[in-house]
Amino acid sequence: MTETTTGDPLDVERIKKDFPILERLVRGQRLVYLDSANTSQKPRQVLDAVDRYYEQSNANVHRGTYLIAEEATAALEGARAKVARFIGAASEREVVFAKNATEALNLVAKAWGRANLRAGDPVVITELEHHANIVPWHQLVAELGIELRWIPVGPDGHLDLTDLDRLVDGARVVSFAAMSNVLGTLNPVDRLVRAAHDAGAIAVVDASQYVPHMPTDVGAWGADFAAFTGHKMCGPTGIGVLWGTEQILDATPPFLTGGEMILNVTKEGFTPNELPWKFEAGTPPIAEAVGLGAAVDYLSGLGMEVVRTHEVALTGYALRSLAERFGDDLVVHGPSEPAERGGVLSFTYRDLHPHDLTQVFDERGVCVRAGHHCAKPLMRELGVAATARASLYVYNDESDVDALGDAIAAAGDFFAP
Amino acid sequence: MPGLEDLYREIILDHYRNPRNRGELSAPPATRVEGFNPLCGDEIVLFLDIERDVVRDIRIGGQGCSISQSSASMMSSAVKGKTLDQVRALSRAFKGMMSIHEQSLDGDGAGEADLDGPGAGNGAHADVKLGDLEALRGVVKFPVRIKCATLSWNTLLQGIDEQQSA
Repeated sequence: MTETTTGDPLDVERIKKDFPILERLVRGQRLVYLDSANTSQKPRQVLDAVDRYYEQSNANVHRGTYLIAEEATAALEGARAKVARFIGAASEREVVFAKNATEALNLVAKAWGRANLRAGDPVVITELEHHANIVPWHQLVAELGIELRWIPVGPDGHLDLTDLDRLVDGARVVSFAAMSNVLGTLNPVDRLVRAAHDAGAIAVVDASQYVPHMPTDVGAWGADFAAFTGHKMCGPTGIGVLWGTEQILDATPPFLTGGEMILNVTKEGFTPNELPWKFEAGTPPIAEAVGLGAAVDYLSGLGMEVVRTHEVALTGYALRSLAERFGDDLVVHGPSEPAERGGVLSFTYRDLHPHDLTQVFDERGVCVRAGHHCAKPLMRELGVAATARASLYVYNDESDVDALGDAIAAAGDFFAP
Repeated sequence: MPGLEDLYREIILDHYRNPRNRGELSAPPATRVEGFNPLCGDEIVLFLDIERDVVRDIRIGGQGCSISQSSASMMSSAVKGKTLDQVRALSRAFKGMMSIHEQSLDGDGAGEADLDGPGAGNGAHADVKLGDLEALRGVVKFPVRIKCATLSWNTLLQGIDEQQSA
């Protein structure tokens, strides 16, 4: 791979051409997409793979005895194998397709949790979790009487692990994000998994913001479950992944039930299917899986180490250039060191409400999310009701960051001329 | 395509920069009621002093975007000193101005107090003078912001209901 003049190991100019939506004009201006932590854009390679599947091989899986049904089954299972390799799973049996990371985390709480947790059992999460890793546990507090404990976040955006030993003492589950979707903080996965296991708890990793941006090896993490979603990693919406060790998946009863997930059904009962299909009730998202497989190919082609290097460099540029331009008027939350964070920049500007900021951004074709980012407990800890959040990916470069800076300046001029 | 000037009219920015009736009343005797916009985390706290079916005083706390803040400020000016019947009529007219889009956006109609029901368009309230509130008309061109503009009105109606049933 040739290096560009800016030292970026990714040829972003070429990558931008892979994403048809980036050719679109918004209000006569180029689309500056800075909301990939919300959902990523899709390269032509993924769109073509989905089209090709529907045009050539569409059939239901695991039942047809004709050619295109075999092709469809091979496409689905081939995608599973690609995902397994991409995240370092020991086998495809560990890769369960779900609708998204939220459904995957609900599977953990509701299938494993209901079968294995009792009243008073401590479940440890962190203050920087997405609602998807909070609300399912809240439900178990109400249903089973489990005890929810919170690892606090410090003012620097890192988890405060001072009391970790006490917090995990007696815990049955430690469930945490590998990367914060609001602050970009990279959490110490190894240390948290070790603390969980030392305490006799299972470790659950919400890897939604991690897998799309970092080389991932779930085997090296040594966790029990990990969840992530396809649409944040260049794949289609409607498909996510629950990874689990065979041991824990075997100890987990089925979640949704019906067709596909059974070996046998009688008037008296049913026998669940083998892993991973035991957790995949109904016709699976076949085309979406094909798209996710193509997304994995696309990212593998770029190289995840290279993707990470690109994002560290671009995040550093963004932190530096925006600080130079706006000084104390702009507050970027989370770790200040690019190597300790992902390319997720939550910020506030003067006393402007994030929705007013992003409304002005929209006028300039700059797409940035405003709000609480499905992390209201964290927002409370930060002492803000909402932030604007710009997030970077493989198709962003310094010109996009500069466009963000221009948009911030324009919002300042509009509201406080 | 609607532009920023359709949304942020000068009078809206004035109410945003110089909000009227900010503060608190001691509750009780005043009625205190909170409203939330789950989309953006905006929170509003209204203090209502209602005596013999007249809004004697109103104060606003909480935080939000320029649209929710200015709408609350304009609402407070519009309802202060009005009878509850007048307030309800104003509310119907205001939500009518916003309602076509709002009802198509969320099925519950977002207006239990909208006695005229679905289909009550702008014309149905021609007898009610919206005054400054008219400045918010441009918000309907930005559907995602409609809830910002209606938050204070929905919270007000909730407060009146609570006060009346107390």
